[in-house]
Amino acid sequence: MRTSGGQGSVVPVTVVVLVILVIWYIAAILMNAVIAQPKIDAAGGGLANMLGVSWGLDRPIVPAPHQILAEIWKTVFLVAPWKVKSLVYHVWVTLSSTLLGFALGTLLGIGLAIAIVHFKLLNKSLMPWIIASQTIPILAIAPMIIVVLGSLGLTGILPKSIISMYLCFFPVTIGMVKGLTSPDPMQLDLMRTYYASPWQILWKLRFPASLPFLFASLKVAIAIALTGAIVGELPTGAQAGIGARMLAGSYYGQTIQIWAALVAASCAAASLVYAVGGIEGLVGRRMGARP
Amino acid sequence: MTAKAVIATHDLSLTFTTADGPVYALQGVDLTVNDGDFVSFIGPSGCGKTTLLRVIADLERATGGTIEVNGMSPHAARMARAYGYVFQAPALYPWRTVERNVGLPLEIMGIADASERVRRNLELVNLAGFEKKFPWQLSGGMQQRVSIARALAVEPKLLLMDEPFGALDEIVRDKLNQQLLELWAATKKTVVFVTHSIPEAVFLSSKIIVMSPRPGRIIDVIETNLPKDRTLDIRETPAFLKIAHRVREGLKAGHSYED
Repeated sequence: MRTSGGQGSVVPVTVVVLVILVIWYIAAILMNAVIAQPKIDAAGGGLANMLGVSWGLDRPIVPAPHQILAEIWKTVFLVAPWKVKSLVYHVWVTLSSTLLGFALGTLLGIGLAIAIVHFKLLNKSLMPWIIASQTIPILAIAPMIIVVLGSLGLTGILPKSIISMYLCFFPVTIGMVKGLTSPDPMQLDLMRTYYASPWQILWKLRFPASLPFLFASLKVAIAIALTGAIVGELPTGAQAGIGARMLAGSYYGQTIQIWAALVAASCAAASLVYAVGGIEGLVGRRMGARP
Repeated sequence: MTAKAVIATHDLSLTFTTADGPVYALQGVDLTVNDGDFVSFIGPSGCGKTTLLRVIADLERATGGTIEVNGMSPHAARMARAYGYVFQAPALYPWRTVERNVGLPLEIMGIADASERVRRNLELVNLAGFEKKFPWQLSGGMQQRVSIARALAVEPKLLLMDEPFGALDEIVRDKLNQQLLELWAATKKTVVFVTHSIPEAVFLSSKIIVMSPRPGRIIDVIETNLPKDRTLDIRETPAFLKIAHRVREGLKAGHSYED
């Protein structure tokens, strides 16, 4: 962990970024050749024209990185964040249902894990259903969830959050079952010698012991909660959100807009995972984790 | 069973049913531990000494015979929180500081003057000043002392200790033996102590129970009658060596029974 922010990591990180950029720019030339060639010819050919045209198309097949950055700059900083044209607005819409879904999924995941750990029968009877729920492609059931909830009068961010919850409770359940059963027999016997109640054993032993497992699960969960929220926006013709932005981009061939939305989504996911990691660090320090 | 008996067993047995057939962990155990005794169970691995301690603590259930702890069943005694238990390892909760580890039983039992008791018992095991440390910041010997303070914090009249110093090196072990003896003299508690070290058993105990495996049973009971204010030097005296010899003979006899 110590080297992640130190001097030692600057060189490898830079090298990787540069390699990706080089591959991307070359790919942009090759992939866009079909559209770009007539225009390059019209401009008189030559290397300068080839690069200028290939990397500057209005609707390229693969936009160059600087085009995506320009689009992000335009839609983040040059538009008021509450306007529909602002990328910030769309990210916020998706984030709000992500966070609600993440919260619901975490609660559901912890609740299921507590039930499974305390009632041996549930481990056998409930686990297959939990696993089965994750084998169904979310794209297949997302529209059904939206329709069913819609007919119950639930609209807005809740249906999208339910899809996020559906995806992200799973790693939390799996991690927490492992975590809640992680105390060793001696630590459990100690509680028995105190004649502690199951609730006290849960709260004073099982739960604190499970926290490292919980945070590992939460990092996975929050990233797929975001995926779930985006997927939830796709089949519903949502008017706002990162998914809506991608959908609109693909209708009108605005590849730059799609890529800008993709970059925004990955930045959001990375920030969320880092935020969970930050909270993990704070909690760890309070609980005496070795530095 | 006299009124003073803290622990009394009669024909106690415990058989584990395993896939390879029954394992006779304890058979025909008759034992009386009186108030203020320091009783050691000594014997080779598999002689049932830890199992016997766990039956007293109601962590295992006997399958035959009778047992009373403080004149009631072990389960009732555990419900009444009649004893403090020290395990082979410190079993501290790593996310709790020293003082919160010692305070854990008090939290669970809802005892009011917790912070005062924590302070007093940490002082008793010479750990004043370490309240805010986390377990990983302490040595193995210090961790085990924290776990003793934790058992004492409940202020039980009966202390059950399962090879508490088994994982420690000889030097630390000697020191803790001395401290434990002083603690026993000062607090007048009844201690039941499991060990596989002959010098440790002879040095600490007022009564030594020699046990033998397959089936786990008692083969000798030795009253030591060494002076109460003894120090580690007593281990070189003839009286000490005579008792140690008798324990060793008992252990040998138990072994020749089988292999």
